[in-house]
Amino acid sequence: MSKRTPMIEMRHVSKHFGSVIALSDISMAVCSGEVMCLLGDNGAGKSTLIKTLSGVHRPTDGQMLLNGEEVSFKSPAYALDAGIATVFQDLAMIPLMSITRNFFMGREPTTGWGLFKRIDWKRADRIAMQEMSKIGIDVRDPSQPVGTLSGGERQCVAIARAVYFGAKVLILDEPTSALGVKQASVVLRYIAKARADGLAVIFITHNVHHAYPVADAFTLLKRGGSLGSFRKEDISREEVLNMMAGGAELESLDAELAEFQHTDQEDQRSARPEAAPQNQASSV
Amino acid sequence: MQSNTSSKPAPHSSEKPDERIQRVPFWKKALSRPELGALAGTVLVLAFFIVAASGTGMFTPAGIVNFLEVAAQLGIIATAAALLMIGGEFDLSIGSMIGLAGILIAIPAVEYGWPLWAAILLAFSCAGLVGWINGNLVNKTGLPSFIVTLGFLFILRGLAIGISRLLTGRTQIGGIHEHMQGDWFAALFSGEVATGLFSWMAAQGWIATNFAGNPLVTGIPVSIVWWLGLTAVATWVLLCTPYGNWIFASGGDANAARNSGVPVRRVKISLFMFTAFSATIFACLQVMDTGSADTIRGLLKELEAIIAVVIGGALLTGGYGSAIGAALGALIFGLVQMGIFYTGVNTDWFQVFLGVMLLVAVLFNNFMRKKAMEAK
Repeated sequence: MSKRTPMIEMRHVSKHFGSVIALSDISMAVCSGEVMCLLGDNGAGKSTLIKTLSGVHRPTDGQMLLNGEEVSFKSPAYALDAGIATVFQDLAMIPLMSITRNFFMGREPTTGWGLFKRIDWKRADRIAMQEMSKIGIDVRDPSQPVGTLSGGERQCVAIARAVYFGAKVLILDEPTSALGVKQASVVLRYIAKARADGLAVIFITHNVHHAYPVADAFTLLKRGGSLGSFRKEDISREEVLNMMAGGAELESLDAELAEFQHTDQEDQRSARPEAAPQNQASSV
Repeated sequence: MQSNTSSKPAPHSSEKPDERIQRVPFWKKALSRPELGALAGTVLVLAFFIVAASGTGMFTPAGIVNFLEVAAQLGIIATAAALLMIGGEFDLSIGSMIGLAGILIAIPAVEYGWPLWAAILLAFSCAGLVGWINGNLVNKTGLPSFIVTLGFLFILRGLAIGISRLLTGRTQIGGIHEHMQGDWFAALFSGEVATGLFSWMAAQGWIATNFAGNPLVTGIPVSIVWWLGLTAVATWVLLCTPYGNWIFASGGDANAARNSGVPVRRVKISLFMFTAFSATIFACLQVMDTGSADTIRGLLKELEAIIAVVIGGALLTGGYGSAIGAALGALIFGLVQMGIFYTGVNTDWFQVFLGVMLLVAVLFNNFMRKKAMEAK
């Protein structure tokens, strides 16, 4: 694809848990300023792959390269220090804590020294306000609890935090799965913005409609293996959808549904006398 | 650093006002503070007893010192319990730790002739160890701290009685006052402060004096100073330091906190150690005050501490609360306990009141938390 050194690259990475092969021979590369969509059905190995990238698991086999250099992370903290920020599905946000407290959780800016070292609240509040207004979220008061924000806004705070603290690679685990259409678009717009800022984004989802507009490339996973990486210009939305669900499986599903419909009609015809009183009872 | 960033124009809401954003009224902001309920409760209880106990001497200097001392003793352990509860854990072993710490101070000093400061240091080291074990057990096993510290409630009480019987044949050890002379470390936990101020006020005729012209209240008991000091430090830690932010984060969602780089395990262990230390401070004050140690000291104190913390607005589930609230909770406790005594109501009713107060506080807190979440 491109001649640039990818920001993050996996070469033939495998991960086994005992006798279970969770990932086998996965290769993919993401350059800075690119969004790679990782698509796959449940159990395809998406979570294992993110956890390997973010340092939770260590690969059984294969190499991981960050900006051309081979890396190996002992824990998520090392990955974070190296610039790989992961926004997990459970958000890493604490609803009862204020926006500022959440934003700087674990990395509070301090002033003063020794015993009198304290959080620089003025600076922290100002930065939190700035970063939030950059993504177009009006924060009335940075000391308001995160729980008062909507799901999409919370997701954006989590991403804004990762970006602010110098992430080079941003891994987003299903950021839009629990959101409504409008909220998802807030998050998608922000992902596009992060890409424009030069981050390498890995966007995990099983919603092709969310993935397609922002993605530059797709990697499809199925049962622990990779079906390959595709540039957006080489593949259509329908093709992605087909590969992801498995075209053959969808066809057999269609057939099965037709079968259901058929038997339903037969059931209705034969069970009408009993069904009528039942319906009455339930409507009372 | 600050001057650099401030030169850039910050996109402030004041510069481009948004018609959708209203200014937050002051009272609404105050409503979201956890200690609001406790403050209202304190005012109510205080007003009630000012009327009900008027003319009984409850609000003379001596009476005030009385109920403040009760509040102070509880307040010391409640402060630590508050931090721990905000950090998402309980410590039910505080009460037993008080009994054990008293024994650990008294036996070496009285039976083996240790200097008192060494005995006190021994008690603090043992407390640190207990807190460390509590914290590690909770971290490593993932069991609820309720169970782990319930175990230690019995273990520590049993140890106190067992050690005491084994070494001395008794469960009460007296005669500590003789060892206190000239021991600077013990002096930190005994006596009164500002005695000069009080005799000066007596000389001015501002406070009551006895026949010899000495003030009836000679100074502020040191326990009150410890209480106020610990509350101030805990409040400062919670509101102004990174460690305070980590406490909130650990209690709010330990997993999310860990993902963001908060050392959750270390935070929890240090909080368990702090509750054990606070129990030891309590024990020191009590031992120096009464001159004796008793294995049953501190019975049920862990539950009283939890009540004070919950009245003070902390959530049992962690992540929310305040040290000032806990102090107010302890103050309500002291006011009611002494107020019932002064008004001549049968003291049997104290516990009924306490239980009702706890329920009202929890209901109120839940209601306020919902309001805070709807603030948008």
